Amino acid sequence: MDAIVAEDLVREFKDFTAVKGVSFAVPEGEMFGFLGPNGAGKSTTINMLCTLLRPTAGRARVNGFDVASQRSDVRRSIGLVFQDTTLDDYLSAEQNLRFHAMAYGVPRDVFEPRMEGLLRLLELWDRRHDTTRHYSGGMKRRLEIARGLLHHPKVLFLDEPSIGLDPQTRRSIWRHLHELRAREKLTIFLTTHYMDEAENCDRIAIMDHGSIVAMDTPDRLKAGVGGDVITLKSADNDALLAELKDRHGVDARVENGEVIFTVTGGKAWLPRFIRESSQGLMSVSLRGPTLDDVFLQITGHAIREEAAGAFDGLRRMRRRR
Amino acid sequence: MTNVIAERAPLAGPESLAAPPAGRRDEFWRGLWVVAYRELLRLAHDKARLASSLAQPLLFFVMFGAGFKRAIGGMAPGVDFIQFLFPGIIAQTVFMTSIFSGLSVVWDREFGFLRELLVAPISRFGIVAGKVVGGAILAVAQAAVVLCLGPFLKVHLTLEIILTVIPLLVLFSFALSSLGILMASRISSQQGFQMMMQLFIMPMIFLSGAFFPLNNVPPWLSVVSRLNPLTYGVDAIRHAFLDPVAKAGAHPLPFNVVWFGHAMTLWEDAAVIGVIGAGLLAAAIQAFSSQE
Repeated sequence: MDAIVAEDLVREFKDFTAVKGVSFAVPEGEMFGFLGPNGAGKSTTINMLCTLLRPTAGRARVNGFDVASQRSDVRRSIGLVFQDTTLDDYLSAEQNLRFHAMAYGVPRDVFEPRMEGLLRLLELWDRRHDTTRHYSGGMKRRLEIARGLLHHPKVLFLDEPSIGLDPQTRRSIWRHLHELRAREKLTIFLTTHYMDEAENCDRIAIMDHGSIVAMDTPDRLKAGVGGDVITLKSADNDALLAELKDRHGVDARVENGEVIFTVTGGKAWLPRFIRESSQGLMSVSLRGPTLDDVFLQITGHAIREEAAGAFDGLRRMRRRR
Repeated sequence: MTNVIAERAPLAGPESLAAPPAGRRDEFWRGLWVVAYRELLRLAHDKARLASSLAQPLLFFVMFGAGFKRAIGGMAPGVDFIQFLFPGIIAQTVFMTSIFSGLSVVWDREFGFLRELLVAPISRFGIVAGKVVGGAILAVAQAAVVLCLGPFLKVHLTLEIILTVIPLLVLFSFALSSLGILMASRISSQQGFQMMMQLFIMPMIFLSGAFFPLNNVPPWLSVVSRLNPLTYGVDAIRHAFLDPVAKAGAHPLPFNVVWFGHAMTLWEDAAVIGVIGAGLLAAAIQAFSSQE
């Protein structure tokens, strides 16, 4: 059965359309990611799925409940971790969780062991009485994950789960997510603009300017790029280009004094080429295709990291106390 | 401990640990209880706010009481300035606490916590009601602390007065918390909050007659003050305190609110606040429910 089904979801704001009719289905137990730059409509989509925004048009069902007409049922059956922290930082971790349990009507005798289990798993048990104001970014995120799972939802929504965290903390968040997913049999829906983060997903939908432009497993998406990316440098790049074209039928391009091209099965192809090549090669590199390549190929532009960075900075400044 | 997570708890049933669908009423009460509870919990944690909310009335007594008592002298037969001021300061305490409680929605939004409330399976009406009830509990508790100062200031206090004043305070607190929530839905930042305090709330408090009588002010000020809903709150509380004290034949007291030669009674004041409060509450619920 599908945990999430969206049909032609549209969301218009006053002066622009943030989501222009997206459709997808996420089977139970899948980790599904929305990948795209900031402003692509990822958060708007997640907000519609978790009933915070009403769709302008289209329909969506989460755990079989309609997000427009059965909002309470949807809310009860999902967990949410937002981009920005939504903890009450005057309260301790335990009080934040207790508060959540009250809001979701989790009975007290169920709450206590559930809280202990989650806090131990997320390595926060020893710090449960500390005010969350004194928590690090990673601890806050872990606590929010614990809170999102407290009422045993079947679907966990994560909006940019590791934004603003350092690489080591990001890895630990992901380790926890994988563990929780296996134990809780969760369906996870996440948004991200980090390519490496999207690699964790079973399937990803690439979103740009409010539309889904591609949707598949990360491997198949990368396979669609057309093989491995090889970069060569030689004394005579023009001769090298000619050789590639004539003897191997490869169309290469020159970028920054280097010859770049893609071939399928590059790992086997490259040693053979080096043995046979008459050119004096100066440097060689081979890498598998990344989701960056996929994004670039499909949309014609790179994920706008610089613009995203400035936006995040502003946002954090506003949030700062 | 891991088995707690691996296995679903028996009470949970197959769906979720969250309460089973129980309809709108359940979502209202849960929202009310959760939000009101948090208001109290937060105050207990916010020592600075607790201290300042208790220090402020004291400060007003010292400043206005000591400053004006001699200069102004008796307000009415049997009523000196401290007795005049005391109900005003009680009213002011309730106003500040209630409006602040409603406006704290701005904080909750700014620091993100509001979203945790908005996505929970609780009704928006319940959230507003929780804010209002939490604000009322805080306001009445603080007013009670100020009431305890009464005997030291030789203010006439009887059980009857207290039992009249407290329901009035609850009513005013409801109205003002609603006003705070309504304002909060219009402003989106702490800067806006500061502006609202400076331009709107402080003038309202000063023009309510809480600190000085409004019967000897220029006509334009008299009109403005009578359009200020807080004025009726102050007037009602003052009735409750001073009607029993004032010598017979002194009614109406010279500082009571007068419309076209008719001095408002306690119950008329309360009715005005009740009507305005109901309107504000409805508007607050409307504003809060329609935001996404």
